[in-house]
Amino acid sequence: MTYRGALARGALALGALTRGASALLLGGLLLLVALPVGAETVFQEVTGRFTLEGRYFPQSSIQSGQREHSLSVVAEPEIYLENEAGHGLILKPFFRYDSADTRRTHWDIREAYGLFFGEFEDSEWELRAGIDKVFWGVVESRHLVDVINQTDLVEAPDQEEKLGQPMLHGTWLNDYGAFEAFALPYFRKRTFPGRAGRLRTALQIDGEQTTYESAAKQHHLDLAARYSHSIGALDFGLAWFEGTNRSPAFSLGFDPGGSPVLVPFYEQMRQYSLDAQVTTGAWLLKFESFWRDGERNAQGLEEDYFALVGGFEHTWYGVLDGNTDLGLLLEILYDDRGKRATVVTEGDVFSAVRLAFNDEASTDILFGIMQDLNKSTRSLFMEANRRLSDNITLGFEATAFLNVHKNDGQFSLRKDSFLQLDLTYHY
Amino acid sequence: MIFLSRRPAAFLSALALGAAIAFSAAPVLAETPEEKGLRIAHEGEGRDKGFGNYTADQTMILRNKRGQESERHLRISVLENETDGDKSLIVFNRPRDVKGTAMLTHSHKVEDDDQWLFLPALKRVKRISSSNKAGSFMGSEFAYEDMTSQEIEKYTYRWLRDEPCGEFTCWVSERSPIDKKSGYTRQVSWVDQEEYRVWKVEYYDRKNSHLKTLTVPSHQQYLGKHWRADEMLMVNHLTGKSTRLIWQNYVFGADLDDSDFTKVSLKRAR
Repeated sequence: MTYRGALARGALALGALTRGASALLLGGLLLLVALPVGAETVFQEVTGRFTLEGRYFPQSSIQSGQREHSLSVVAEPEIYLENEAGHGLILKPFFRYDSADTRRTHWDIREAYGLFFGEFEDSEWELRAGIDKVFWGVVESRHLVDVINQTDLVEAPDQEEKLGQPMLHGTWLNDYGAFEAFALPYFRKRTFPGRAGRLRTALQIDGEQTTYESAAKQHHLDLAARYSHSIGALDFGLAWFEGTNRSPAFSLGFDPGGSPVLVPFYEQMRQYSLDAQVTTGAWLLKFESFWRDGERNAQGLEEDYFALVGGFEHTWYGVLDGNTDLGLLLEILYDDRGKRATVVTEGDVFSAVRLAFNDEASTDILFGIMQDLNKSTRSLFMEANRRLSDNITLGFEATAFLNVHKNDGQFSLRKDSFLQLDLTYHY
Repeated sequence: MIFLSRRPAAFLSALALGAAIAFSAAPVLAETPEEKGLRIAHEGEGRDKGFGNYTADQTMILRNKRGQESERHLRISVLENETDGDKSLIVFNRPRDVKGTAMLTHSHKVEDDDQWLFLPALKRVKRISSSNKAGSFMGSEFAYEDMTSQEIEKYTYRWLRDEPCGEFTCWVSERSPIDKKSGYTRQVSWVDQEEYRVWKVEYYDRKNSHLKTLTVPSHQQYLGKHWRADEMLMVNHLTGKSTRLIWQNYVFGADLDDSDFTKVSLKRAR
């Protein structure tokens, strides 16, 4: 019997088990989160932000009903309680109202977890139980190995924003590095823009009809482990993930009204990853890669594959007026499936220039380009930020999709170049 | 894509320690000013040894040429490390947009420091370059190198003269950074002969012109041994801008050890 065959049979037998286990774990998480509340709170604070965001799409839309403008309001408060032992309880909900897209109007629990830590002989341990966010990786152009949290895609097309993930996350740290284990009892579906929203696929994605490879569906117990360490100039992490793929495959279907739609399908996959950075002088050398199996390629067939992102960041300090930092970033993105890849970054080069003025307003500007090496597709982006007062910041963002090739996954975005302005009040 | 631009630096300060030039009770014969400088720098450092750890709150008041002010609030924890450089953790509280951002520094006596930054919005720990010595810290008149642990090995020393300073007599001496990335050719400091406290430092830039002056109006003694500045004023003579740095709530001998200065503990710093 092949390894995969054994795995499949094991998975079948585990199917029922894992569903029960994940429900139990989810219940346990809620209990753990509630625990520290009982202890006396010695410190509490409420912080957060309100953001007013405007987007403008200069080109008229491809789909009828898509809007040229949108206005959005975001609230993201954070409540923190700490007891005498230093253990904490964090609650961070998120709300967005969007004038154009009903799907972008959404809410989430970004974080709601209990935080416990301590020492055992020469080791340090930490346990986080509840909904949390975990980041893995070092590169900037794409977060390749980062796999714990689902992408909140309606927030931003660059996939930087994540949904809260229920988890039990334990860390053991000693002189040999940090050992982490994750149990993820509930799967979050990716968010997608609605009918009137821009930055969407040509056919509407119908999340209601979502299907899963696992019989346990969203209750499949996903598992992950990570080992990370710093040795001199080198920081690295080795990780394993086994569970529901965060990025879906799609099949053609029909909505209740009979219109064709795309139906997300979340398969089971396994990923082994390595991320590393060497920091020497003003140079940061970065590398991320993974090997995955269980994922379907663009032809709908399962294919094991390998992907990597590697590059560097170099900063010249004190240029121009003597106070500005100029950074140059270059990264190569590669996916060995080539034309069968399910991502648009199968063979791309990313380059960016960053200016940090180091003034009282912390003004910075970033300008970058992502160029497909096999097709004409190119995207340009710019980001600028400035502090207006102790509580208020202003941000500007622009993304342009140029020469989008008709065989490119982002062909439906070819008219969705946009400008964005946001004003944030932090408290 | 979110990139880091507000890159704070470690603030180990304890200026009373770094620039101190001490006067030995048993002077060595035929000592050059350089030898004297180095010897008493070690003596000065020795006086502050054994502080173990401390935490403190810092308020920076930035003032521009037109007199407009803005504030930075930080909380700092420092762990003494006698075999290599000290470890420090800085957590930002104001401006509010950088609240929760935290920086961990493992400084070294000779080679570059190791620095990690925690970005709370992304929950990302980022290893950053520590070679930005001359850049402004948080838009203030303090440079990164004014703020990081000022290990003796990173400078050459020269005693210049003795001079009265207020009610004390000060040793006036200069030190020159060994690192070419430093923004300074030399720093001239005034240190009193009684308690090795720094009262004034003049900073000379790479063209050897007088760039900045630091004055310290008052110090306080902790645990009957360790002197720390209550306040520091840094004036930039080129731009007319200034930064006042106020230290408060010093706690020596807090419950801190190596486990509070790791990449894991950095993620829960508040």
